[in-house]
Amino acid sequence: MDSTAGARGMIAGAAREALGRFGVYGGRYVPETLMAALLELEAAYAAAQADPAFHAELDGLLKDYCGRPTPLYLARRLSEMLGGARIYLKREDLLHTGAHKINNALGQALLARRMGKQRIIAETGAGQHGVATATVCALFGMECVVYMGEEDMRRQELNVFRMRLLGAEVRGVSAGSATLKDAINEAMRDWVTNVRSSFYILGSALGAHPYPTMVRDFQRVISRESKRQILEQAGRLPDAVIACVGGGSNAIGAFYEYIPEENVALIGVEAGGRGQGLGEHAARFAQQGGGVPGVLQGTYSYVLQDEAGQIAATHSVSAGLDYASVGPEHAMLHDSGRATYTSATDAEALEATRVLSRTEGIIPALESAHAIAEVIKFAPRLGREKVVMVNVSGRGDKDMGILTRELDRSGEAMGKVSAR
Amino acid sequence: MAIAFKKRPGLVIYLTAGDPDLETTRLMAIEAIDAGADVIELGVPFSDPLADGPVIQRASQRAVLRGTRLEDVLRVCREIRAARPQAGLLLFSYLNPVLRMGLEKFARAARDAGADGVLLTDMIVEEAEEYRRVMRQAGLMPVFLAAPTSPDERLQAIAEACEGFVYAISRVGITGTQAELAGDAEALVRRLRRFTQLPIALGFGVSTQEHVRALGEFADAAVVGSAIVGLIERTPAEQAPRAVGELVQQLCGGAKTA
Repeated sequence: MDSTAGARGMIAGAAREALGRFGVYGGRYVPETLMAALLELEAAYAAAQADPAFHAELDGLLKDYCGRPTPLYLARRLSEMLGGARIYLKREDLLHTGAHKINNALGQALLARRMGKQRIIAETGAGQHGVATATVCALFGMECVVYMGEEDMRRQELNVFRMRLLGAEVRGVSAGSATLKDAINEAMRDWVTNVRSSFYILGSALGAHPYPTMVRDFQRVISRESKRQILEQAGRLPDAVIACVGGGSNAIGAFYEYIPEENVALIGVEAGGRGQGLGEHAARFAQQGGGVPGVLQGTYSYVLQDEAGQIAATHSVSAGLDYASVGPEHAMLHDSGRATYTSATDAEALEATRVLSRTEGIIPALESAHAIAEVIKFAPRLGREKVVMVNVSGRGDKDMGILTRELDRSGEAMGKVSAR
Repeated sequence: MAIAFKKRPGLVIYLTAGDPDLETTRLMAIEAIDAGADVIELGVPFSDPLADGPVIQRASQRAVLRGTRLEDVLRVCREIRAARPQAGLLLFSYLNPVLRMGLEKFARAARDAGADGVLLTDMIVEEAEEYRRVMRQAGLMPVFLAAPTSPDERLQAIAEACEGFVYAISRVGITGTQAELAGDAEALVRRLRRFTQLPIALGFGVSTQEHVRALGEFADAAVVGSAIVGLIERTPAEQAPRAVGELVQQLCGGAKTA
């Protein structure tokens, strides 16, 4: 296709520098006003990375404040029910604030403090990153402004209340589809305007360099721990690691240490939504789904868009996966074939929520339920000697409103599970 | 080349193409040129204009909803070129619609449409090697943004990459009108002068005759966007071309004829 060839050709020159590039993807496509701030951030991050005191403080807080390491748990009943591979759950849902997002928010807040920035900006979809950012801002006594689409504020109301209780200002965004993409636009506009005083804590492995690398580094702790844990518990590496992919931060964190391990399959699960037409899903990598390489919000990656290059609307029952683009490192892993990307529909994710709740007593976030939905399809195809790991990126407390509505609507499926 | 400022300061007028409709865009551009605009920036509407304030966001959204595509903007560009061969025409876009068309195809089409140059809001100089090569090949002038936050070494790279003129952003922020010209503006233009002989146009927050007059003391041209787009929003389509012409004439009152 000419458009893709043109885009790839365009990137070729820049790719030679390899700065902030994942293959041809990534890079920096922002208004010039932000460039000085991105360069400053890049330098500050490099200095922090090289500073043992930074790591010592981060690790200390991850342990004592957030509750790391998170358990790796063998889900016996789920494994038995599915009758295939043994399933291990990496329990990021047990972290303080209820999701993996705090790993990154904490790291970036420490960086902001090092840089002397007192005003923090963040965007949030499901509200988990917003809550994590509001939490670390309370911890460090920083001013916190969170942008959130009004549609997401409605469906994740509990998290809006949590952020406000933590002292953050939540600013609703009504533009576009009033979801994550629109919140990022508004957060970036705030950052462009207040760039000298503010630090933007971006919540996923997205955006302009150095964000995708930095966020991945802060989330990498997931696979660093899980690799040690699975070797202790199962005596071997997993055959597959499964994670849901919105922007892709929990997935890249869960995958990263396994990328060199060629025998470990990496499976990302996108939001299949309620249909295959453009606007009905958020499956950027789906064949014929409308995802084509392009530039959205600072980075070159797969982007759901129409033929004129306008960014498409997306739909998912989970606000955290409801996004038109995807982290550039996933784009590279997709093209190289190192990771495979599949999708789960809204209905499958809801069903998976019920299954995990009833079999293991664990209520996953709707985002994480997409990964559970995949393991429900995937594990039975494997023999009992196989080991599959699923990253449970967050817990489902925030979704009670949606679950109440959706489960009421389909009481039948509920009965199906409870009969087991 | 057609990008030339015949007075001091020159005047660059931004229009979001397709708002309120493509035919009105054509008529407004012609009125603006006849009223004294040296350059028309034809904005390609984009669904996610993250460098823009509320006025241009709304215009962009209206134009996208009407189905305005890059091809349509190029067609209007060609029509304006045919009607006013001497005017400067600059295509102003976010990157994604251009990538979707394909960079080389876009460059050929833009040249065939009579555009003089291109400005991509989210294209920075470090990423622009291939883009600049393709523009050069098509005989199009790339214009880059320079910001008050850009350190000198970036300003130098930006000035060297620009052709036609350098677009200096008057303040730290997004597009939109404001009461006073930002104090950042003059310092930025002075820093840029050390690196270029090209004219320097100042935009973002330039909206009145007073602004135009004041910036004429240190810059070569004024870029007026949100004030024009806001006027178009408030004016019925059939009256918009005349209203735009009148505002441009007023803005030109801030300039001395060379």
